[in-house]
Amino acid sequence: MFDSLSERLTQTLRGITGKARLTEENVSAALRDVRMALLEADVALPVVKDFIDTVKRRALGSVVDLSLNPGEAFVKIVHEELVRVMGEANDALDLNTKPPAIILMAGLQGAGKTTTVAKLARFLKERHKKKVAVVSADVYRPAAITQLQTLAAEVGAYFIASSGDQQPLDIARRAVKEAGTQFADVLLVDTAGRLAIDADMMAEIQLLQAELEPVETLFVVDAMTGQDAANTAKAFNDALNLTGVVLAKADGDARGGAALSVRAITGKPIKFLGMGEKTDALEPFYPDRLASRILGMGDVLSLIEEAERKVDKQKAQKLARKLQKGKRFDLEDFRDQLHQMANMGGMGSLMEKLPGMNQLPPGAQAQVDDGMFTKMAVIIDSMTSHERRFPDVINGSRKQRIARGSGTQVPDVNRVLKQHKQMQKMMKKVTRKGGMQKMMRGLQGMRTPGGPSGMSR
Amino acid sequence: MSDTKENGGKGGFWKRLSASLGKTRSQLAAGVGNLLLGEKEIDQEVLDDLETALLLTDVGIDTTQEIMADLSRRVRRKELNDTVALHGALGLLLKELVDPLVKPFEVPAADRPFVIFMVGVNGAGKTTSIGKLARYLKQQGLSVMLAAGDTFRAAAVEQLQAWGERNDVAVVAQGQGADSASVVYDAVQAAESRGIDVLIADTAGRLQAKTNLMEELAKIKRVVQRLNARAPHEVLLVLDAGVGQNALSQVREFDAATGVTGLILTKLDGTAKAGVVFAIARQVRKPIYFIGIGEGIDDLKPFAAESFVDALLANE
Ligand SMILES: Nc1nc2c(ncn2[C@@H]2O[C@H](COP(=O)(O)OP(=O)(O)OP(=O)(O)O)[C@@H](O)[C@H]2O)c(=O)[nH]1
Ligand SMILES: Nc1nc2c(ncn2[C@@H]2O[C@H](COP(=O)(O)OP(=O)(O)OP(=O)(O)O)[C@@H](O)[C@H]2O)c(=O)[nH]1
Ligand SMILES: [Mg+2]
Ligand SMILES: [Mg+2]
Repeated sequence: MFDSLSERLTQTLRGITGKARLTEENVSAALRDVRMALLEADVALPVVKDFIDTVKRRALGSVVDLSLNPGEAFVKIVHEELVRVMGEANDALDLNTKPPAIILMAGLQGAGKTTTVAKLARFLKERHKKKVAVVSADVYRPAAITQLQTLAAEVGAYFIASSGDQQPLDIARRAVKEAGTQFADVLLVDTAGRLAIDADMMAEIQLLQAELEPVETLFVVDAMTGQDAANTAKAFNDALNLTGVVLAKADGDARGGAALSVRAITGKPIKFLGMGEKTDALEPFYPDRLASRILGMGDVLSLIEEAERKVDKQKAQKLARKLQKGKRFDLEDFRDQLHQMANMGGMGSLMEKLPGMNQLPPGAQAQVDDGMFTKMAVIIDSMTSHERRFPDVINGSRKQRIARGSGTQVPDVNRVLKQHKQMQKMMKKVTRKGGMQKMMRGLQGMRTPGGPSGMSR
Repeated sequence: MSDTKENGGKGGFWKRLSASLGKTRSQLAAGVGNLLLGEKEIDQEVLDDLETALLLTDVGIDTTQEIMADLSRRVRRKELNDTVALHGALGLLLKELVDPLVKPFEVPAADRPFVIFMVGVNGAGKTTSIGKLARYLKQQGLSVMLAAGDTFRAAAVEQLQAWGERNDVAVVAQGQGADSASVVYDAVQAAESRGIDVLIADTAGRLQAKTNLMEELAKIKRVVQRLNARAPHEVLLVLDAGVGQNALSQVREFDAATGVTGLILTKLDGTAKAGVVFAIARQVRKPIYFIGIGEGIDDLKPFAAESFVDALLANE
């Protein structure tokens, strides 16, 4: 997701880069495009308006830093504003209370609440070593309780039984007691989906909240939501004084403007992204990273973090160090990545996070699918280590040997080489600027250490 | 489900439709407030307000600009001279846009069993719509059977079985983790041998960008076609009224994978505005058979363009 928005903005901003100065004219042209892109991305109209106004005011009003060219200055402003709208940093869950710490879920029908409960249970159990209990106060939707029961068993959370003929408030009361006797650290309370205009149902969840006194009340919102995200988020926040937001189904191709809207309208932090149907598909939300991603700079930081957690730590660190030092990304690195890919949610997820990937021609992106990992890795395995480190030596006869060795055809070998080249180019683009971190920092605050040429393409 | 939720309470359908669309309407009305005050000259502010109102209902930037361009042209040519005329022209334009999407849902006697696939993204309302559709078809005197083709999501089978019980219709299921295509295949066979009129197959929710999951849908279709080349007779894509511009990609991708024959628009009882329907009408024309206006078994109604647009534009 966000791909199209970042493509659009990248394009627009590229247009302004290199212009002599920011004028009313070229800024408003770029702003018109930004407005279009944000609306296409389903960002709520009032939020779009605010955003455009602020960027415009700052772009025209401020003295442009002499060390930046106008395009860079504009990028910087847009980036800073995006970060500002989405919130400054990831807010972790606040579980600092006498156990059990209670987390209450709220949201529209089908948003992803029950699934998110399972994901959070797993997250708290695995990463924070918490003992987690879950309970469903959804007495309306058929099989809602069974759904949570199944998921609880899957993630190893303690399931507190409830049934459709009970009152949600009674369920809640008994659950708190049971969680206490079980010495649970955290109690996650799932609720039925409800419309913000359903007064009875909103009153019900308000009562639940008053009874439970949760440390966190999380609003789960579907990443595909349109303009309604603003109304709904406001209504839920008014009724429940939310503590945070989970953006579910962010793994699709929705441009996800809802993230911006909900954050801007409620002022409450987006704490997690739902990135799939499985219970491990929960990612912390980093607004600064997402803003960078929107601007086409990739999400290298979270990629590295994820790699550290899920795959061979040493290799990941080696790669991170190499990238930071601006060393070449060779075929060995590429092979390591292919091997690790399966653990990391597949190629799509990786591609999405690498800087500049959204600028690849769509064809090039589509060529790379999960099914090809093994084949590609086998091809690289059939090379000598010299070839892997210096791919340029691979000539026609070497290609034939590699193809034979891997049971493939020469065009397959060529494709691997080409894909590696593309990856390498992306990596270079980043490292040329003196390391990803510097670049990110440079964009967020100070000037790019690599000088004004740093940002221009 | 409680009784009040089940029946949705208060009033007949039309009242409920306008009550439920009331939010859309007041949203639009707020935007076109100037228009509704009576005859007034059309200036840029009026046009801007109208554009805002359309955007706020998820009509989308492209379609909004097209509508605005059309109206502005007529304003310049002095075909529309005041806000009342502008209001009328907008209503007509919107009706013309969605009119081609109206199509009654029919089950021809020649096709037995008549096979319906219910597809869509996660949480759109597929399973619930199956429950409602089963009721609707039974009321027309048709016998119905359900296939628990969502073998992925936790308790999806139990959820469909609950709807089967409510409707007193059989549910063919194999349980979580089974092969979806084989469940649906078995169900079509069972429906054939038992002389059932309509078989409705549930499928797991999937995001349209996931090519492997879309391929799985195509496979279910291929497998069923081994039994009956004309099946599925309808592939219904369920769209959440709250969805924004992503709806267009949903229609396109599900259509490419399975050949969507019609849409069901759910959750129109909320504040969601479903203006994306107009973009769908312009770009990826598919009939809208039904709208969902609640979680109860009777909360499924045929889509009616006139009342949809009227409710959207009506005076308070
Ligand atoms: N692809 C994807 N699917 C998700 C994600 N989160 C939830 N889902 C799916 O969305 C659908 C609805 O999720 P639920 O957890 O049942 O939603 P809910 O909010 O509890 O729904 P109600 O209880 O009916 O209001 C299911 O098919 C989930 O598998 C996500 O992050 N990505
Ligand atoms: N208010 C309202 N809620 C609805 C409507 N249709 C479905 N729902 C609710 O939306 C939620 C999701 O509905 P489901 O039928 O489970 O959706 P689904 O598409 O089968 O979901 P997955 O199988 O998980 O992908 C449930 O809580 C339903 O009760 C409707 O028209 N109005
Ligand atoms: Mg639920
Ligand atoms: Mg379902």
